[in-house]
Amino acid sequence: MTLQVDIRRAIGSFTLDVGFSAPAGVTAVLGRSGAGKSTVVAAVAGLTRPDSGRIALDGEALFDSGARVNLSPAKRRVGVVFQESRLFPHLSVRSNLLFGRKRRRDAAGPAFDDVVETLGVGHLLDRRPRSLSGGERQRIAIGRALLSGPRALLFDEPLAALDAERKAEVLPFLEALTQATALPVLYVTHALEEARRLADRLVVLEAGVVVAEGAVEAAIAQAGLATAGDRFAEGVTVDARIARLDEVYELTGVALGAHLVWVPGLLGPVGEAVRLRLLARDVALALDPPGRVSTRNVLPGVVRTLKRTGGPYVLVSVDVGGAVLKAEITRRAADELALAPGRVVHALVKSVATARA
Amino acid sequence: MAVALARGRFPGKILLDGLVHLPLVLPPVVTGYLLLIAFGRRGIFGPTLESCCGLVFSFRWTGAALAAGIMGFPLMVRAIRLSIEAVDRRLEAAAETLGASRIGAFFAVTLPLSLPGVLAGAVLAFAKALGEFGATITFVSNIPGETRTLPAAIYTLTQTPGGDAAAGRLVLIAIALSLGALILSELLARRLSARIAG
Repeated sequence: MTLQVDIRRAIGSFTLDVGFSAPAGVTAVLGRSGAGKSTVVAAVAGLTRPDSGRIALDGEALFDSGARVNLSPAKRRVGVVFQESRLFPHLSVRSNLLFGRKRRRDAAGPAFDDVVETLGVGHLLDRRPRSLSGGERQRIAIGRALLSGPRALLFDEPLAALDAERKAEVLPFLEALTQATALPVLYVTHALEEARRLADRLVVLEAGVVVAEGAVEAAIAQAGLATAGDRFAEGVTVDARIARLDEVYELTGVALGAHLVWVPGLLGPVGEAVRLRLLARDVALALDPPGRVSTRNVLPGVVRTLKRTGGPYVLVSVDVGGAVLKAEITRRAADELALAPGRVVHALVKSVATARA
Repeated sequence: MAVALARGRFPGKILLDGLVHLPLVLPPVVTGYLLLIAFGRRGIFGPTLESCCGLVFSFRWTGAALAAGIMGFPLMVRAIRLSIEAVDRRLEAAAETLGASRIGAFFAVTLPLSLPGVLAGAVLAFAKALGEFGATITFVSNIPGETRTLPAAIYTLTQTPGGDAAAGRLVLIAIALSLGALILSELLARRLSARIAG
């Protein structure tokens, strides 16, 4: 299953001209508001008609201006989760979940009970949408889309309307579902962290055009997002595997090149893949191996590059063998330590964020 | 009609809108006279309707019903139209992505959500029909036992010496009917909005 999008549409002075493909798995479409993300979703769902181009799912055209094909949204079988959930207020949660299924009895899809259980909404089935919290509503909306027997899933900023707490409530479900599905999933967001956590591939949109496409970190680098200043926190994301568990101290040792990085918590069995996120502001540098220090993760490495990020800071890339970390330190510190490419340093990693890879 | 006016985009929409609302603005006597011209025994459509379907409007109770209907229609259309317009169209779009056809989405989502408006329209039309006097009396006159509506009967009685007591009884009936209709619609509206709001 692959979703191919190649469309053009002019709206006033804004022109959308995008082409990309989304194989099975999660493809995040990242961009600021006004970059054209929502238009892409609406076009794939069939809710807006591009001026020209082609949208195909596994080779079957959903829209093709050349061949004059434009399937109705109902016939496309593309499930959509909207930012504002769009549950039907006059129907119970159960009827909302079954709305699509009732209309596509022939379509294959997950079992009702399985979806209800995965989303943890069993106790809400007889309630009305209005009495639900934002997070619950969004979970129902996800279930409703899954149960409609879709051949592809679209998420249009499903977390943008939620506060941090509700986001944290919905994210694990999104993670579990997107991981379990064999469909192409298009996940539109303006939050780089969401894309990093959920996506396998990334398409970066800027002012209506694709500026980067590919594996998540490669696309981020290509788009220069890592240098976008305070919009996205500086740092690196590394896919690694669990190498050791310290059950006494409740720590997990993750193999990063030749090194072992200890992260808090018992994250899973040895051998399982995890995604590490090391923010540049959480990495300090020392010339000599530090003596007695509370930081447990000290990785020797070699300075690759120094880059001024504006203001008093400089961003130092350090190759620790197996991964390149980034450290944000002051220019004064860089000068006083005489940091230059090739210099041997020790990176002190103060904290590491993890996510299931 | 309400759907066409709420959602439609077609040439002549303003004209249609105007025609539908005309009975609301026109003096009722004018409407009644126009009905007479159109549906009278020697009117434009009157003879055809009589020969084909045996339908006679002039000076019959059917005519009184037609006049009441025509006068109530704009109020009803207006109320329904407003409530259809108030339904979030994005809900219909969501229904379509879930496999509903455009018409199916309307019947499954928009219509149930605008039911309170449909009800309000029905009550307004009923009120208008109950009180309708001018068009009725012009079109079908005031024939006892055939086209004498409640207001017409009260009017006749107040013009008759010694008719006050009978008029008073009819006034009480009118009050009871109106109040009953209002209470019924209020109860229904509450149940409907409770269902919609959850």
